Amino acid sequence: MSVFRENVLNTNKTNMIELKDLHKSYKMGSNSLHVLKGINFTAEAGELVAIMGSSGSGKSTLLNILGMLDEADTGDYTLDGVPIKDLNETKAAKYRNKFLGFVFQSFNLINYKNAMENVALPLYYQKISRKERQERALKYLEQVGLKEWATHLPNELSGGQKQRVAIARAMAAEPKVLLADEPTGALDSTTSYEVMDLIQKINDLGNTILVVTHEDDIAHMCKRIVYLKDGVIVKDEKVKQVRASEYV
Amino acid sequence: MFSRDSWKEIFETIQKNKLRTFLSGFTVALGILIFVSLVGLTNGLQNTFDEFFNDDSTNTFFIYPGRTSMPYKGYKSNRQIEFDNGDLADIEKNFSMFVQYVSPRIDRGALVKYKNESNNYTTRAVSESYQYAEKTIIMKGRYLNLEDIKVKAKYAVIGRLVEQDLFGNEDAVGKYIDVAGSVFKVIGVFQDDAGDDEERRIYIPYTTRQLIEKNTDKVNQIVVGFKPEMGYAGAMAFDKSLDNFLREKKYISPNDQNGIYIRNVMDIYEQNQQFAFVLALIGGFIAIGTILAGIIGISNIMVFVVKERTKELGIRKALGATPRAVVSSILLESTFITTISGILGMVMGMALLSSLGEKLKDYFITNPYINLGLAVFATVLLIVCGAIAGYIPARRAARIKPIVALRDE
Repeated sequence: MSVFRENVLNTNKTNMIELKDLHKSYKMGSNSLHVLKGINFTAEAGELVAIMGSSGSGKSTLLNILGMLDEADTGDYTLDGVPIKDLNETKAAKYRNKFLGFVFQSFNLINYKNAMENVALPLYYQKISRKERQERALKYLEQVGLKEWATHLPNELSGGQKQRVAIARAMAAEPKVLLADEPTGALDSTTSYEVMDLIQKINDLGNTILVVTHEDDIAHMCKRIVYLKDGVIVKDEKVKQVRASEYV
Repeated sequence: MFSRDSWKEIFETIQKNKLRTFLSGFTVALGILIFVSLVGLTNGLQNTFDEFFNDDSTNTFFIYPGRTSMPYKGYKSNRQIEFDNGDLADIEKNFSMFVQYVSPRIDRGALVKYKNESNNYTTRAVSESYQYAEKTIIMKGRYLNLEDIKVKAKYAVIGRLVEQDLFGNEDAVGKYIDVAGSVFKVIGVFQDDAGDDEERRIYIPYTTRQLIEKNTDKVNQIVVGFKPEMGYAGAMAFDKSLDNFLREKKYISPNDQNGIYIRNVMDIYEQNQQFAFVLALIGGFIAIGTILAGIIGISNIMVFVVKERTKELGIRKALGATPRAVVSSILLESTFITTISGILGMVMGMALLSSLGEKLKDYFITNPYINLGLAVFATVLLIVCGAIAGYIPARRAARIKPIVALRDE
């Protein structure tokens, strides 16, 4: 594919994510559902990529494989030069903790922990001391503008606030890549733009971010759009980024 | 795994999930509490049964004369059977193989006086060997001896409460008391575990009693102590042959229910022991059932807890929790709760038992107690089973792919 060749030629930039001929199928009873049919994809450090596609196109499966929440059947996956293969659960957990930050459509905050404790949780699994965890959690909450809400439980926060806490949590571990699965899917458009504004600002700081979405306006707030259809990449283009702050 | 930080995390989880904590804690505490109480009460029952006998020897027959209810060998029905000194000697002579001692027993109520104090007591005229039958404990002075019987001495051994009633703080030994008009010298004071009635008795030599009663040789009842090494079967055989011997001697029909009655203490003791054993068996069965129910209960709660936390565990795994961290946090949490509540239930049960003491004596339960080892064993068993029951679903939850767990609603 042309994109792939382009990136290989472009050797002066570091490749954060490299996928080579990735296949994935699910067994549905006696039938086998071939979801990913040979994905070749490269993302450089500091990119903000939208992965678009209708439902069933395989975009969530792709994100789950990138997030090591799921494993590909065949193909190579390299993350910041580290080959991701032969993962057992323990190894996957460590890689997820070290390399990746997740933002989900349904926020997935732990409901009995307050905002600060939620943000501090990935640091707990990095065996960082309690005091430092709290300090760092507060720092990231401040960055998403929710420092005053630190002691509030998730059910006391609005949807947009919850997603901002989730973003702070994803960033707290200082991951190499931030993976967002429909981050605005459960939010109204104003709140969606606020969240995208935050994601853009994080990207401005040099973080690599992948956003799965099926909304065109959200996709155009990224710098590059990858279109997925029936398990293959049909289009991969750089776009002129629309700043979300224009809408807020 | 046991760092201070992971404990803090666990405490927070416990604090913020009060219903879960309460459910599993309550199940364990209640299970142990019921187990400890049941075993304790069963032991209390056993205590009561033992107490019926521990103040008397069990290797004893009490022979009571009665009134015949059928004619036999030319003797009419409704004849009062009486024993005399000759019968004592005959029993001793004929059954010397088995007999340890023979004592008569003649009970008479009497007004007893000392200085200005007086009261009615039962005097019990016996031989020196009767001390073994009642397991009488001498507090001071001495019991009757063979010489006293021979010389028909006017000596009395009085109960602790007789001394208390008549002498107050005075020492009774060596003093003289008036027993229904005859003067007796107090030679000893005794106590008896069986209670107040026993300690309000006065023992005197049976020969002296016979002398007072116009030099008769009649005795009321006969107490026979047999050699303990004969065992239960030997006692039953001796019972039978003694019964035959006396019926022949006194011309009582072998079929007459009323002429003579031998109370075989060992037989009664055996039957009671069997009864107590069956009760203990039933109690033990229910106690084991309670523990099993507790184990099943805590297992159910653990399955429920893990199910309820599936999504949370998925989130934690997505954030970098290893399967080991997931399993250990669930196990530490549950073991912590079950340990605390198990000990709580155990201590509560034991406190309950010790507070009961003699309060349930009317219901045949005396000093209920549980062996500490057994209580600890049951508690540990429940905790360990709770941990195993928690481990299986926890391990399964740790193996679920985070993406599946995250989808769980």
